[in-house]
Amino acid sequence: MSPLSRLAAGTTLPVVTVVIAIIAIWYVAAVALNAPFQRDTYERAKQTDVPFSQLLSDTLVQKRPVLPAPHQVATEIWQTTVEKKITSKRSLVFHAWITLSTTLLGFLIGTSLGVLIAVGIVHSGVLDKSLMPWVIASQTIPILAIAPMIIVVLNAVGISGLLPKAMISTYLAFFPVTVGMVKGLRSPEIIHLDLMHTYSASRLETFFKLRLPYALPFLFTSMKIGIAASLVGAIIGELPTGAVAGLGARLLAGSYYGQTVQIWSALIMASVLAGCLVGMIGLIEKNVLKRMGMAA
Amino acid sequence: MTTATRQQSRLTVSNVLAWGAVALSALALVTTVFNPDITALSNPTLAVAAVLLAILGVRFGLGFAHNKVGDVALGIVTALASGFLIGATSAYPGAATTGFFCLMFAAWATAWLFIERLATWKLKGNAGKLVNLIIPILFGAWILVIWQLITVGLGVPKVLLPAPADIWLRLINSVPILWADFQQTFLKAVIIGYVLGCGSGFLLAIAVDRIPFLRRGLMPVGNLVSALPIVGIAPIMVMWFGFDWPSKAAVVIIMTFFPMLVNTVSGLAASDAMQRDLMRTYASSDWQTLFKLRLPMAMPFIFNALKINSTLALIGAIVAEFFGTPIVGMGFRISTEVGRMNVDMVWAEIAVAALAGSLFYGAVALLERTVTFWHPSVRG
Repeated sequence: MSPLSRLAAGTTLPVVTVVIAIIAIWYVAAVALNAPFQRDTYERAKQTDVPFSQLLSDTLVQKRPVLPAPHQVATEIWQTTVEKKITSKRSLVFHAWITLSTTLLGFLIGTSLGVLIAVGIVHSGVLDKSLMPWVIASQTIPILAIAPMIIVVLNAVGISGLLPKAMISTYLAFFPVTVGMVKGLRSPEIIHLDLMHTYSASRLETFFKLRLPYALPFLFTSMKIGIAASLVGAIIGELPTGAVAGLGARLLAGSYYGQTVQIWSALIMASVLAGCLVGMIGLIEKNVLKRMGMAA
Repeated sequence: MTTATRQQSRLTVSNVLAWGAVALSALALVTTVFNPDITALSNPTLAVAAVLLAILGVRFGLGFAHNKVGDVALGIVTALASGFLIGATSAYPGAATTGFFCLMFAAWATAWLFIERLATWKLKGNAGKLVNLIIPILFGAWILVIWQLITVGLGVPKVLLPAPADIWLRLINSVPILWADFQQTFLKAVIIGYVLGCGSGFLLAIAVDRIPFLRRGLMPVGNLVSALPIVGIAPIMVMWFGFDWPSKAAVVIIMTFFPMLVNTVSGLAASDAMQRDLMRTYASSDWQTLFKLRLPMAMPFIFNALKINSTLALIGAIVAEFFGTPIVGMGFRISTEVGRMNVDMVWAEIAVAALAGSLFYGAVALLERTVTFWHPSVRG
């Protein structure tokens, strides 16, 4: 097997190919979408027969392109992260940090709430029958729609800052955790539960020594979904605060002033953040499960 | 733990609830219910409610009629008492005090007791299913009752949290506006975007499935994109496709595309090698294998994506409207009415959205049951 075909059989080469293809399509689309505006500009400047190569290079350096080229977004991100002071309002790191803190707070509350509800549901038949259907139904409700209301109303009564935004993250994060934990806490087999009976273990002991270890892999999987949802919640939560700070505010401000490069860089930043957060949970998962002797 | 001890501990919870109801309603009879000087005894409906709850608690606590008739009586009396309470609060809004909360918690205890009893009923077949359906409905109804009692009793400002009755009133008084918003957001943006997004994700998955190289390359990327905050693309789509519904449909298309792609591709890989070999021994072509074996096997995955997408689509359409709309649409209505502090209208819109979202999800779930009737999770 030649090295090349071995690479092709793995995932690295295919993924790299796909990513390169996406970037190539992006460039082509950028030229195609920005060309009409550029032609208009030439016409207004009474420039005729502009060579195609110049049109090409001009479409990729517009100030407010319809679709900014990847390198424009990359430059913008570089300028707003590395070259600006972190405390500056123009620094993307500053905005990302605000979004991140909301996300983490919401995720923390949401995960704790989700675990608590799951424990209640697993241990109480009444809660299982009455609450569980509502937990599922709660997600068919487009809760993001009421995000602006929650924030405006809480601001009106004097609660502002992180908490209102974090509440939206909480709402989105608790659901996957609850569902995953209920499944996980119920996953010990009857034979194991019976063993705990024969040891005359109390409910509490059974929970900590049997159910909880069993539920951990489920918990980590749902936490990965939960933290991604939590980030979405934080970004949406920043929209109605009047574009003060945070990645969501950057999106909104960008859309008000037609700063497409700013929108795209905020989007890319949010994606990187999502990737890092999910990766972080994955890392913790790997370490914890290894310690517990469950890693494959 | 043996079954007997478990039975006993469950009975204790019930007894605590029953005697708690008795104590609370007794307390309600001797304290002020509404400021400044309305006591339970000076208001006939309140007195009846308190006495009924007390009798109920004593009856249950002493162990009479622990059967289905007694349980049903529990439910009816709780409903009656809550009705009286709601009636009384609307006469004295914002004046609730100690006695009122005693009564409310007494009713809460009996309602909990009722659900607790209902959950222990062992019924077979359809009756059991019906009870399992009724319990969550009662739970939801009870939340509404508490919401109503607290908001009216404490006189919570409408700007903060309107009472369910107010929301209902607003809902039935503004049906034309709500219907126009529903048409704009749901019937145009959501449905069109959902169909196009799921359809194109599905078709690309079928195409990708035939080229293993592309599949290995696209799957990790697709998984990554599914975790990204795609809603953020909304302002760009609004810039590209204008204020009307096509921009919202575009957001919905992009949001629903990736979950469908990822799920369908992994669903197409769900059939066993053994089953595929069987198809080969039948000399079936690739397409025949696809339609007769692999697509049916992929259906649970595809429906999983359809269900996830039904929620995502509604969220995407509503959030995209925050970035600019014509003067109609659910997201538009929510953001403007919040600005005008018409919170009851916002809640009415949310009720419509919730209902639409639940029905949409329910319809997909129902379709799933008919299509994947062979799957263990449906059969069992």
